[in-house]
Amino acid sequence: MAELESPEAVPAERKKRTDHSPWNWLLLIPIVVPLLTPLYNHDSPRFAGFPAFYWIQFLFILLGVATTSIVYRMTRR
Amino acid sequence: MSEHITEIIIFTVLFLLVSGIGFVAARWRAPQDMAHLDEWGLGGRSFGAWITWFLVGGDLYTAYTFVAVPALIFGAGAAGFFAVPYTVIIYPMFFLILIRLWSVSHRHGFVTPADFVRTRFGSPTLALLIAITGIVATMPYIALQLVGIEAVLKTMGVTGSSMFARHAPIIIAFAILAAYTYQSGLRAPALIAFVKDTLIYIVILVAVLYLPYKLGGWGSIFDAADKKFQATPAPGDGILLNANNQLQYVTLAVGSALALFLYPHSVTGVLASKNRNVIKRNMSALPAYSFLLGLIALLGYMAISAGIKPLPGAKAGSSDMNTVVPLLFDLKFPAWFAGIAFAAIGIGALVPAAIMSIAAANLFTRNIYKEYLKRDATPADEAKVSKIASLVVKIGAVAFIVFLDPQFSIDLQLIGGVIILQTAPAVALGLYTRWFHRGALITGWAAGMGLALWMLWQIPNAATKKAHFGGSAFPLNKFWFFDTPKTIYVGFVAVAVNLLVAVLVTFLLRAMKTPDGVDGTEADDYFADEGDPRVDKSVTTVETVSST
Repeated sequence: MAELESPEAVPAERKKRTDHSPWNWLLLIPIVVPLLTPLYNHDSPRFAGFPAFYWIQFLFILLGVATTSIVYRMTRR
Repeated sequence: MSEHITEIIIFTVLFLLVSGIGFVAARWRAPQDMAHLDEWGLGGRSFGAWITWFLVGGDLYTAYTFVAVPALIFGAGAAGFFAVPYTVIIYPMFFLILIRLWSVSHRHGFVTPADFVRTRFGSPTLALLIAITGIVATMPYIALQLVGIEAVLKTMGVTGSSMFARHAPIIIAFAILAAYTYQSGLRAPALIAFVKDTLIYIVILVAVLYLPYKLGGWGSIFDAADKKFQATPAPGDGILLNANNQLQYVTLAVGSALALFLYPHSVTGVLASKNRNVIKRNMSALPAYSFLLGLIALLGYMAISAGIKPLPGAKAGSSDMNTVVPLLFDLKFPAWFAGIAFAAIGIGALVPAAIMSIAAANLFTRNIYKEYLKRDATPADEAKVSKIASLVVKIGAVAFIVFLDPQFSIDLQLIGGVIILQTAPAVALGLYTRWFHRGALITGWAAGMGLALWMLWQIPNAATKKAHFGGSAFPLNKFWFFDTPKTIYVGFVAVAVNLLVAVLVTFLLRAMKTPDGVDGTEADDYFADEGDPRVDKSVTTVETVSST
């Protein structure tokens, strides 16, 4: 019996494997936010001499790092 | 020339050091048998998180990027800063899409994106189109790495006026590069990337701390740039975007991100990593390079503030914008540090050039040679053909630069980015769905290519007085149904039309009951990881046994 079952069991376990996860939706944030130009297309407020256009877009890099790190930790097997 | 002697010595010493590393790389993490395409072309598919970080970082952020992005900022201002959103949105996309390509390639031993398409859609023709698109898009990209080196050499004054004297240094540099890539394969750029990226990080960190101090602070740098753009008659420039170029900015960022991960060399870098977690972790670590790129972009404003005038270009009366950053370093840094900075750019060209030539060679070997010329090629044959093809690709790239106006390579690279996007429905969507009919994907590809070339042909460039291929910003009013001065990225429109055609033709072919290709992959393959029991290692094992 056990011998008959084992070849069946492997594919059944494999079928369950997937990379779908609700956490993946978080990845939409760093894809969409940098594309909303009205958010950052301003000169003021300046930060350390940088117009808003530049320092806000540098912040988006951190946003990207934060979301990919969270999704990686939450979907790690 | 003598005033640059310190720079030239430091540049040469570092260049030779790196070349030595390139040759030694063949013995680094040495396989039992190098005569296998997985070893030569993908470094044994064994790279961990650190190597992948340096390799992919060195691969995506090329010397041309480091020279051309600040040049764009220097000339046009904010529009050139698209490089930052572009390199932010690319990593979540990698995370969702390329990771599946890694799994299915690991499971089936795919080396190129065209390998995947062939098995997924059961269509050698579609795979051939993907492979040719990849090779055509990559060739001018390699040529542009030479433009990066040349900008540095020009600034150091080592380029003479006759055709041979002008090109001798880059011919020598590329001959050395070709030799060690031939010998060491992907291991060479992987090892060199450590040196290259370390140098680049040091140079840029020093530049962004030291130069603003010399130029009166960031505030006055931006103000100087603003003043320059206010004074020019061109409507599109400025330190902020205007009403007409925001759509272009956004679509260019999305389009470039999509194009970048479809480029064969990005795929090669990713497939060389050893498991899914290595890739996922790198998606959080690679944005460090985006930060660097943003800072490098701002060197364009520093050049404005420092009053840099670009060196004359190849044609009389033109100016070579790519020289602004090297000139800035030359003017503001002590000679020894300028030498290090120049070496960083020069070596920076070698890593991507090596990976790109390997990627193009792999496409030729797997999807043209093995498919059409020698069906029963062994892995050893494949490695041999790929090594020779990589030489041919590099000779081609040098010929581009030596015999043609460099502007031609820049135009071709622009076209390359747009045409590689046309592989998105088959490669990127193909990783998620097999709904599309192979015939429809071919039709969509053709429609997208045709439209893209027509649109690029229509774009003039006032600055360089060109009537055609003047840029990638398409004025929407050239479509008869729009009446607006807004511009949009060509690739974005072309790939949308490509997709639409692919959907419509799929419906049509299904209605006509045209047979679908056979899908050689299973749903589960897209999640396979290191140590998957179904991965066929037998070929490698046999080869290893016979050689030992």
